[in-house]
Amino acid sequence: MSLENLPADLGDWYWNLRHWFDLLIDTLLMAYLGTAFGALGGFCLSFFAAANLTPHRSIGLVARRFLEICRTIPDLVFALVFVAAFGLGATPGILALSIHTSGALGKLFAEVVENMDMSGVDVLKSTGATWTQTIRFAVLPEVAANFVSYALLRFEINVRAAAVIGFVGAGGIGFDLMEAIRKFYYSDVSAILLMIIATVVLIDLGSEWLRHALTGAERRQ
Amino acid sequence: MTPRFETARREKSAIAARHPRWFRPLAYQLAVPTAVATALIALALYAIVRLEFSFARLAGGWGKLAHMVSLMLPPSPGPHPMVFVRALGETLSIALLGTLTAAVLAFPLGMLAAKTVVRHRMIHGLIRRLLDVIRGVDVLIWALIFINVVGLGPFAGILAVAASDCGTLGKLFSEAIETSDRTQIDAIVAAGGSRLHVVRLALMPSLMPVLASQVLYYFESNTRSATIIGIVGAGGIGLHLAEQIRVLEWQRVSFLILLILLTVMVIDWVSRRLRLAMIGQR
Repeated sequence: MSLENLPADLGDWYWNLRHWFDLLIDTLLMAYLGTAFGALGGFCLSFFAAANLTPHRSIGLVARRFLEICRTIPDLVFALVFVAAFGLGATPGILALSIHTSGALGKLFAEVVENMDMSGVDVLKSTGATWTQTIRFAVLPEVAANFVSYALLRFEINVRAAAVIGFVGAGGIGFDLMEAIRKFYYSDVSAILLMIIATVVLIDLGSEWLRHALTGAERRQ
Repeated sequence: MTPRFETARREKSAIAARHPRWFRPLAYQLAVPTAVATALIALALYAIVRLEFSFARLAGGWGKLAHMVSLMLPPSPGPHPMVFVRALGETLSIALLGTLTAAVLAFPLGMLAAKTVVRHRMIHGLIRRLLDVIRGVDVLIWALIFINVVGLGPFAGILAVAASDCGTLGKLFSEAIETSDRTQIDAIVAAGGSRLHVVRLALMPSLMPVLASQVLYYFESNTRSATIIGIVGAGGIGLHLAEQIRVLEWQRVSFLILLILLTVMVIDWVSRRLRLAMIGQR
C-alpha cells in the first residue's frame, strides 16, 4: 500500500464497479416502484380506513384490519412467498415492497385524514357534492403535503429494504452481497456495503432536504 | 351595479399587481405540478421496463398464488408444534436481549453525540456520522456479518439486532438530550456539580421515561425484525418459515405466519399500554 498505487488498489477493490452500480440503480428503482405502487394502494385505502370519511363503519373496520395485516407481515416474508409463486427476479420483490408499503402508508395517511380540519368537507357536503368530489376538492388540498412527506420517508425505508430483499432472490444488489458474504470475499463485501451505505446516506439527505422544502413551501402560502 | 363592486373592479389591477401569484393564467400555474407528475411517471415507466416488471407475469402467477393459498388452508402446525413455539420464544429473546444491549450501548453514544453534553464540534459530529453509518446498514446485513463472526444461531441474531439498533437509539437519545430542559442542568452547575453530576442528577431523571418508552417501542419493532433474521440463519422462527416455504409445506407456512401475526399484535398492544402508562406517569 502506497500513495502511487492507490488508483490501482482502488480499481482492484472495485473491480466489478460497473455491475454493482447497475445493481444499485436496480435497487433504487425497485424501492421507487415499491413506494409508488404502495403509496397508490395506501392512498386509495386510507379514505376508507379513516373514521371521519369512511362510507360505512364496517368498511372502515375491514380496511383498517387489512392494512394492519399488510404491514405486520414483514416484506421479506411476502418476498419469500412471491418468489415461490412468480419465480426469481425483481417482480416479486417490488410486489412485496408495495404490499408492505401500502399497509404502512395507508395507516399513516388515514391518521392524517382523521386529524385534518373538517370544515371544508362540511362545506362541500352541504353543496351536495358526492363522496369522490368531497375527497378531490376538500380533502386532497388539505392533506397532499403530508402525504408526500410520508411517502418520501417511506422511500428512505424502502431503499434499505430493497437492498436486502435480494437475499431471498427477489432482485436488487442483495443477492450479490449475500453471495460475497457466503463465499468469504470480504473485500467485495466491504466494497458493496460502502456503496449501499453511501447511497442510503445520500438518499436520506436528499429526501430530508426535499421534505423541508415542501413543508417550508406549505408554510409560506 | 353596487358601488362596492364598482370600487373592486377599479382596484382589480392594483390587487393583481400586489398578488401576481393568483392572477397568472391557469396553464402557467399548473406547469410545475404537471412537469413533476410527468417526470415521476416517466421514471416509473423506465423502472418497469428496466426491471422487466411484467404485469403479464403477475397475472400468470396469480393462479399459482391462489393455488398456494388454497393449499395453506387450514393452517396446521404439523407433527411438532412445540418446535415452532420454542422458536418463537427464541425470537422474542433475541428481540429483548438485542434491544437491551442496544440501549446500553446507545446511552453513552447518545451522550457523546449530543451537542449540549460534548461541546467539541469534531467529537459529536464524528459520533453522529458513525451512528448514521451504523443505521445505514440493515439488520439483515448485520445478521449475515455476525453469522460469519460467531457462527449460525441466535447469538448472531442478538448481536445483529443490538448493532443495528444502537445506531437508531443513539440518535434518538442524543436528540432527546439536546431538547431536554436546561434549568435542571443550570441548577446542578450552580450548586457546584461536576459534569458527571450533571449527567447523573439532571439529565438521567428527566430523560429516563422518554428513553424507556423509546426502548419499548424498539422492542416492539425488533420482534418484527427478529422474525426475519432467521431467514439468513440467525436463529428464531424465520429459519423455520424459510425452510417450510422451501419444502412447500404450505399449511405449516400459514400456521407460522399466523403465529407471527398474533405475537406481533399482542406485543404491540401490551407495549402501547405500557408506553402510555409511562408517559402518563411523567
